Amino acid sequence: MLVGGRYIGQDRIGYFLALTSIPLNAPNPHKLPSRIAKEDEHLLVAAAKKGDTTAFEELVSRYERKIFRVTMNITRNQEDAEDAMQDAFLKAYSHLKDFSGDSRFYTWLVRIAANEALMRLRKRRPNVVSLDEPVEGEDDLMPREIQDWGPNPLQRFAQTEMNEILTGAIDTLSPDFRTVFVLRDIEELSTEETAKSLGISVPAVKSRLLRARLKLRQQLDRYFRQGGQN
Amino acid sequence: MNCKNAIKEISDYLDGELDPVVRQQLAQHLSECKECTIIVSQTKLTVELFCDAEMVPLPEQVSTRLHQALRAKLTQPS
Repeated sequence: MLVGGRYIGQDRIGYFLALTSIPLNAPNPHKLPSRIAKEDEHLLVAAAKKGDTTAFEELVSRYERKIFRVTMNITRNQEDAEDAMQDAFLKAYSHLKDFSGDSRFYTWLVRIAANEALMRLRKRRPNVVSLDEPVEGEDDLMPREIQDWGPNPLQRFAQTEMNEILTGAIDTLSPDFRTVFVLRDIEELSTEETAKSLGISVPAVKSRLLRARLKLRQQLDRYFRQGGQN
Repeated sequence: MNCKNAIKEISDYLDGELDPVVRQQLAQHLSECKECTIIVSQTKLTVELFCDAEMVPLPEQVSTRLHQALRAKLTQPS
């Protein structure tokens, strides 16, 4: 059963109520502190593995925003992102028995979602997306015309404007760089987890991450440099 | 260490994954090179901005369709 947004098996109710003092009718059940949310995740996963669809749907509710962010950031297309998210959750449910618990459940979900998103991206742009393609040379890494960005850009741009700038910047990355950046920096997978998720080597992840970060810095530089277009 | 080599190490430097010897060499270079110091701090800020941003809101109808699709599939007799 779900109590205050947390899944609690009948035998654990007393334990969890004692552990937290969250009232049963607590509002915003999905906005619990992450520490508490994590405490019952293994119970939810265990219940879902036994076929408890309510437990699985609670997991979906917790992670749908993040998983949509992953699929949207990779595909850059809402229709593909939505399809990829749906298929990722369905695949996760049907393969729950394969989740061993060695990694975080979220990391496992992200890997499935990233692959679903990449599959759709490859269908849409078959000649553009290849994670196996050799990384480019080193000649283009050194930024040119380096200028200070002045005061903190967060204080100079409204949130909506900042989101537009960031979205425009990430759109300029090629899919192989963008996917690595999304998994590594936005979803905070480790280098090894990112490499495993994408089936590429750790050096390849590091190389693409460096290039992605430098390209994004270069894109933002147009807006943030003192006297830039703002 | 020169600027070209310093730029190659920026990512690992920011992630704390640099070999201690290389880290020391890079720190030495940064103490002497204003341009590379700016690049390091701007790259760090770039990553932080993307980490903190909420660029992709989940539309309510997308969430509704997701839950409807899941319920339809998960309640199908296997």
